[in-house]
Amino acid sequence: MTLELLEGSEAIAASAIAAGCRFFAGYPMSPFTGLLENMSRQLPLAGGVCLNAESEIEGVNMTLGAAAAGARAATGSCGQGIALMQEAIAEAALNETPFVVFNMARNQQDYFQATRGGGWGDYRTITLAPKDVPEAVEHVQLAFHLADKHRAPVIFYGDPLLAQTRIGVSVRPLDFGPLPPKDWALDGTGGGTGGSRQVWTWAMGKATDPGPGPDRHWRAIAEKFAAIDAIESRSEQAHVEDAETLVVAFGSAAKFVEYVVEELRADGHRIGWFRPVTLWPFPGEALAAATADVRRVLVFELNAGQMLDDVRIHAADRSAVRFIGGVSIAESGLAYGELMDAPVIRDRIRTALSEGGRS
Amino acid sequence: MTVIDTSQPPSEPARRVADFRPSLLLGEHSLCPGCGEPVALRVLLEVLQELDIVQRTIGVVGHGCYGSFVRIMDVDVLQCLHGRAPACATGIKRVRPDCAVFTMQGDGDMANEGLQEVLHAAARGEKITCVLLNNGVFGDTGGQLTAATVLGQRTKTSLEGRDAETHGYPIPVADLVAGLRGAAYVARGAVSTAGGVAQTKRMLRRAFETQLAGAGFSLVEILTMCPTGWFVPAPEGPGYLGDSMEQAYPLGELTTWRH
Repeated sequence: MTLELLEGSEAIAASAIAAGCRFFAGYPMSPFTGLLENMSRQLPLAGGVCLNAESEIEGVNMTLGAAAAGARAATGSCGQGIALMQEAIAEAALNETPFVVFNMARNQQDYFQATRGGGWGDYRTITLAPKDVPEAVEHVQLAFHLADKHRAPVIFYGDPLLAQTRIGVSVRPLDFGPLPPKDWALDGTGGGTGGSRQVWTWAMGKATDPGPGPDRHWRAIAEKFAAIDAIESRSEQAHVEDAETLVVAFGSAAKFVEYVVEELRADGHRIGWFRPVTLWPFPGEALAAATADVRRVLVFELNAGQMLDDVRIHAADRSAVRFIGGVSIAESGLAYGELMDAPVIRDRIRTALSEGGRS
Repeated sequence: MTVIDTSQPPSEPARRVADFRPSLLLGEHSLCPGCGEPVALRVLLEVLQELDIVQRTIGVVGHGCYGSFVRIMDVDVLQCLHGRAPACATGIKRVRPDCAVFTMQGDGDMANEGLQEVLHAAARGEKITCVLLNNGVFGDTGGQLTAATVLGQRTKTSLEGRDAETHGYPIPVADLVAGLRGAAYVARGAVSTAGGVAQTKRMLRRAFETQLAGAGFSLVEILTMCPTGWFVPAPEGPGYLGDSMEQAYPLGELTTWRH
């Protein structure tokens, strides 16, 4: 396998195009800007279109339109810009328009935004949180696959390290299996046939062919997300068998935690790690199993404690859960602060180890 | 020019417009008596049929009374978020350049919630046709002030009539769009008279022709009656439109693209 030395944003753009993405619209905001620039350079070469939208709101709605017309499409921003997109993300979940939203976030403070959302209605967003650039390359294509598989928007939760790290990666099309045909997509050919198509959150249908209407349609959507919850959660773990202490982290932070845990094991500590790969669906059953026999569950995330809620919900014993993360932002406001550092994380874990745990 | 032979009696009896309906209409509309929007829908569908582009047309419909047209128009449709139709239409057109793509929006949808979308789509020269159904009020919610409400108009949120001191001046969307270079065809019609309906239909036809020729962005603003929202009896709607809205929004072509 040949590796290319690419910056994260460049690799993510290349992977999106390898997945068949042919429409991208976004609004510059660091560290998302690099992805937008790369798409704007690479997408036209693949016969696609990349637009610098007038705002995040238009960017996501252009993307919704392109996706409704059957194209693989994506948009992106950072947390603040994703906040502006919430109405359209909810709309896409409810009218079943599949596209990918790249949150090249400045930090980990968008966990609630990704997993709880800010739009209206009963919906969820599948959220993938890769730990490094090689996994991000895979997750980009998985995101498009899951979006099409479930006809739903999917969030890719990146960060400054994923956007800006330069690393050797291989970008090629990945096959995640067959997908249903997009026979629902708008291409104009339904007009005048009596069977014209609709993409409509309220699903009222035609006068001659009534649809399910909002009550039945939204109940069906809720059932769909319950089904996704049951089958699409992903997680990774290590050293759970003998661990007295389990450290839970996601995204880049999990990569740091893995490294520190290995160091501590070399020092003789019985410690393991657990990483939710999908933030929604949250791998609750896997976490419950992994925490069944541990004395401490330490949650490390670069925010005031957001994934902490999900860990408390699912841990075998919530009294064993301790928070060792925190808000930590670089002076610029655009990247992680001093907490995203192996020695600092090691100190926090050591302190927690000295404080005992449940017996 | 067609020369009509008047030396012989007509071969078939005269038909009224109300005697037949375009095959693209799947049923009766559910809007108020005297509403102008169904008239606009009818001429729009007639134009699609006459241009023979029905099977490559995609509509993007915003939020207002006309939203219910989604149920009775036999056209592929995306029902989108309030104000965002030109952005959604942009995405559709860019991935399906061979399709004719139009938006249907009211003045609340286009002039209030989505003014940014229509202006940027026009400036980009997006090859779509935006149809603005302008009745000067929020009809769907029962007659409140929009950005296009004319001065003096009484609404539920301008009880003494719109005065510039409190509510500012109405936004003439077609005039704004006509000032942008990407706009290739911009016109304003009205469906309050028989002649106005015929003129509006010609405008819609030219707008779609402009789009199909790839010349740029096109917009047709159509003044429509809303007797319910204006609090006037239905039969007085057309006359009221002529006395109020038409005075503020002159009819005609503002930008025309020549073949």
